Formats: sequence, structure tokens, C-alpha cells
Amino acid sequence: MSILVNKDTKVIVQGFTGKEGSFHAEQCLAYGTKIVGGVTPNKGGDVHLGQPVFNTVKEAVDATAATVSMIFVPPAFVADAVMEAAAAGIELAVVITEGAPVRDMQAAKSFATKHGMMTIGPNCPGIITAEECKIGIMPGSIFKKGHVGLISKSGTLTYEGANQVCKEGFGITTAVGIGGDPIIGLSYKQLLQMFQEDDDTHAIVMIGEIGGDLEIQAAHYIKENITKPVVAFIAGQTAPKGKRMGHAGAIISGSAGTAAEKMAALEAAGVKVVVSPADIGKAVAEVLAK
Amino acid sequence: MNIHEYQAKQIFAKYGVPTPRGIVANTPKQAVANAHELGGKVWVVKAQIHAGGRGLGGGVKLARSIIEVEQLASEILGMTLVTHQTGPEGKLVEKVYIEEGADIKDELYLGIVLDRAKEMPVIMASTEGGMDIETVAHNTPEKIIKVAVDPAIGFQGFHGRELAFGLGLAKEEQGKFIKFAAALYKVYMENDAEMIEINPLIKTASGDFLALDGKMGFDDSALGRHQDIEDMRDISEEDADEREASQYGLSYISLDGEIGCMVNGAGLAMGTMDTINYMGGTPANFLDVGGKANAETVAKGFEIILKNPNVKAIFVNIFGGIVRCDRIANGILEATKLVNVHVPVIVRLDGTNAPEAAEILRNANIPNVIAATDLADGAAKAVAAAKGE
Repeated sequence: MSILVNKDTKVIVQGFTGKEGSFHAEQCLAYGTKIVGGVTPNKGGDVHLGQPVFNTVKEAVDATAATVSMIFVPPAFVADAVMEAAAAGIELAVVITEGAPVRDMQAAKSFATKHGMMTIGPNCPGIITAEECKIGIMPGSIFKKGHVGLISKSGTLTYEGANQVCKEGFGITTAVGIGGDPIIGLSYKQLLQMFQEDDDTHAIVMIGEIGGDLEIQAAHYIKENITKPVVAFIAGQTAPKGKRMGHAGAIISGSAGTAAEKMAALEAAGVKVVVSPADIGKAVAEVLAK
Repeated sequence: MNIHEYQAKQIFAKYGVPTPRGIVANTPKQAVANAHELGGKVWVVKAQIHAGGRGLGGGVKLARSIIEVEQLASEILGMTLVTHQTGPEGKLVEKVYIEEGADIKDELYLGIVLDRAKEMPVIMASTEGGMDIETVAHNTPEKIIKVAVDPAIGFQGFHGRELAFGLGLAKEEQGKFIKFAAALYKVYMENDAEMIEINPLIKTASGDFLALDGKMGFDDSALGRHQDIEDMRDISEEDADEREASQYGLSYISLDGEIGCMVNGAGLAMGTMDTINYMGGTPANFLDVGGKANAETVAKGFEIILKNPNVKAIFVNIFGGIVRCDRIANGILEATKLVNVHVPVIVRLDGTNAPEAAEILRNANIPNVIAATDLADGAAKAVAAAKGE
């Protein structure tokens, strides 16, 4: 078991024949992901990486019955690509691209929600169900199959966390990089709920950062609804106010969105909060030993 | 990206958001010419820097004669203005805005920001104009009226009425105010603004609303489609090192500690700073080398980190994913040849091909390059090295 994607998930790639799209689609195929085609306008009919290319998402879905789309188009075209996927009946769009304008994502997410499509990202490493399906740019070899679910705003902290969990001998069910932009698709809350309902997941790691209040919302949700142990790390305890720390959304505005307030809220919800990401693996071992 | 008050007011004018008339000047002579052109008997001389709190810092002054305009412009131009937002080093004033005096009857606050929880722009208004809005929000939150606008429907009459009644405006004032707010919403949306703040927005004796101040910030990701705004960029307002780093695809922010950090990924970069702090050290910077850590970017990273004289050790913390660690190790070795790194460098490489990378570093046997096995080990070694241990 796992959440959202598994070995049977049929995936198409938007921006399939581009440099980034090609490189990562090839890696995903090598991992075992069922990539059944891709979309690049005006290249319909071609075959790329052994898979058919279509002009539109609609054609791709009709021909392949894909339910998930991995999006690699340039930032200015992200909103268009997300909305095209939603209109074509895709169930989950995984948006890897970094640098999409906030206003575009606002409109795209609103439209996607109306069409019942879930979105992961943008500006994220994607989603991986260990040893079954990788939809994104993460190094697949780190993720050994196991019983810990992982949700993270940061790419490399996803790898860091998963690596420690695996080194402690637990392994991962599914890991989701939700992205560090001000407006993102699926957030902690929905994913926590999915992990709570997934029998194979015994503990959850959530990695957050400064900016916004998604981690606070997650803390409230955990308190009321999550019975599985949760380990959390919030990046940016030493970040100065008013500075954007790499991610578009990682900024303390005025006095809101600090690591301290998020850590306090999570602790109050019974979450095991670690001060350093170096302690994620040990903390997972601790909560699972109880 | 942020812009100056005078630039924000130029944008406001295009959208029919009323402002007092004003002209920017680089010299006292130009300031005088501007005052003559504007006419009237009272002018305001305003320092143009990006930081707030200019008035309290002595950067905004009233002139009651042309001679006073010249005197004040001479005083303010070239001064180093220190406000609560500039830091103790202050900011050199290179431009002043000469504005006609306004007849202030009342001061309000009006701003628009993205409400990340609602995923919509939210318009904020308050009767407490001229005050720091954070302070108002903290002490008297009931005095801030917030109205979220769904971009799918845009600014509607009811949004305007909620704001106008919330502010307690008289019947004859409501129409003008709602028109003002609607125009400001249009400014926000059409320019991909991230933040607009008018503090104060004034009510004049004749019943007009004017933006007495104007602050705007923009979504950096959207600047590609706003060349006119990109053209307003004032590089003297930006940190030179941060700017240089960004030209090489590096994201750099200077801090006041002793341990330089070079990391791939923004989250891990912050996590590295946090770990150094947790272990009793102090981070000297945030530096995300991005997904393409190679010899050139690593060398540039060393160069920028070492510009800071406080740096006593550097912690290179890379989690290699698609980019293999052995290649990064070679990149680090090459970089140490390109740049004279005179402080201890602690290198932690984990992920794909990490054992091979460790082997490469060991064989190279560079005296001040110290290999670390994981994040905790690397941070501990960096903290010790910075203390001279």
C-alpha cells in the first residue's frame, strides 16, 4: 500500500521532449514508473523514449487512460499546462517547474480544484512510492520500501530525511515534495489524512519551513485527526526576517511565519519536533519504538 | 523586487489612483526647479530609499519656501538615512521626491497582499493611518478591515462597501473611496504585485482621497512579462553580493556569524544553518548552489563566502541526487585550485556515489579540506574548526 501513486499508475509527461522532461522521464522509466506517453504540441505522432507523443493532453488521456501528469514546461506555461491537464480529466498533476508566477498558480489551482484534479507542487521534487513509482526528479535509490510516510516543502531535505529513515532500517511508503511556493497544490493536511488512512504507513515525517501558515494548519489537524506518530522539522530557525530564503514562499513577513511559532504549534499537537534535520532518523526510531 | 515611492506613484497615476503631484530630483537645483513647476506655497521633500520609517529618520521634511526646498534637498541628498528597516548602517539617499503639500483632514491605511491561507489577494484598510500596521495588527486587530477578493470575480461593489462601512466613511465619501480601492486592486493584479501599501492614505479638506505614500513589491517570478517594472529596478538598493551570486544561479544571503555555508537546496541550506546554530556555532550566510553544483558554481560560492571577513570555516553540505557525489567532489577540488580558500573547509557529501566521493577527497589530501560522514558530523567539525579547535 501507499498513497496517491503505485506500480500500476499510468503517467504522461507534459513537456516530454524538452531537455529536462526527457532526462527525468528517462530516469522515471528506469525506476519502473509506467510512463505511457507524453505531450508536446506539434510533435504528435512521434515516438520518444519508446512512448507515443501527443499534441494535447486530451488526446494523450483518450489514447492511454493516464491518470497522472508530470509537468516540466517552462514557468510561464505552467498555469496553462495545469489547466489543460485538469480539463482533460487528469486526476493528479505533479508540477516540477520552479518559478511560475503566483497569480498564475492562483488561477490554475482554483480551476484544477473545480475540475476535481489534485496538484502537487509547483517547485517540488515530485512524489515517489518506494520501489514502485517515481514521478519527479528525486534520486530513486535512496527510497527503500518501508512504513514511513514523508511530506516536505524542500527537495534536498526530502532526500536527507528519507535517507536517515532508511539508514535506521524503516523505509518509506510514499514521499511527497509539496514545494516551497506561496501557493501550492496538496498540502500537509490532505496528505496527513491519506497517510493516516494508509495501513502500511506507521509513522509520518513532515518537513516544513518559514513562511505562510500551512504547518500551523497541519498542527491543528494532527491534534484532532492523526493517531499515528509524527516527526517534524521546520527549516529556517536562524533565518532573518523579511528575507526570501531561496524558496519563493520561505519568508517571514513582519512577525508571521516564523519557525518558532510553527514548532510550538506542532509540539502542542503532540508531534515530535526536532531542532536539527540531522535528528530526523533517530526521532523516527524513537517514536516507532514506543 | 521593490520600487521607490515615486515609481509606485507613477504606476498609481496610470490607473487613476489619485496622488499629490510630485517630481523626482537628483540635485538641489533640480529640486528647486521641480518646486517651481509644481507651484503652490508648501512642498514636501522626501528621501527616496526602499526602507520604511523615512519620516522618523529625518528623510521627509516640509518646506514653506523655495529657499527651504533647496536647503532641505541639499541636506537630504547624500545623507545616510537610518530607519528601523535599513539596519544600523543606514542607506545613502540619492534621489528626493518633491511633492506638493496636501491639506490633511484624516489619515487612513490601505494595503493589498496575498493571503496565502485563502490563496487570494486580501485588501486591508484601517482608520489608523500613519501607524506601523504590524503594531496596529498586534495591539488593536479590530481596527483592521480585511476583504479577500477572488480574482475569478474581481473587485465587486460589495468588497468596496465592506471596506467603506468598515472605515466608517460618510455617505458622500464612500463613492470616491470605493473607486480608489477598485483602481488599486487593478494595479495589484495587472502588475503581478506581491504587496502594495499606502500609509497614509489621506482624506483632504475638500473630501478627496490621495495616496500620500506608496510602497510596492513585485512577484520576481512574473517580472519576465513586465519589462516596464524591471526597468524600475534600482540596483543600488540591492545587496551587491546577493546580486552577484544570483547572476551565477546561486541564492545567497549574508548573515552575521562565522561559519560559511554552501549547500544544495534551499531547505537543506536553512537546515544546515539551524544545525550549526544548534551545535553552538553561528552561520555566516545562507547559500543555495541549486541543482547544478559544479566546479564553477562551487568556486564562485567560495569566492562570495570569503568576501565576508568574519568567516572562520566553511561547511560544504551537499546531498547528491541526480548529480553524483564523485563529480561534486572533483568540482570542489577544482574550485580550491581556482580560489584561494584560506580557512578550513568541511565537506559532507551524501547520496549517490558518496563512498567514491569520500575516496576522492581522501586521496587528494588537501590539508584544510576535512571530510565529514553526515550532517551532524559535518556541523560539529565546522563549529570546532571555527573555534580553532
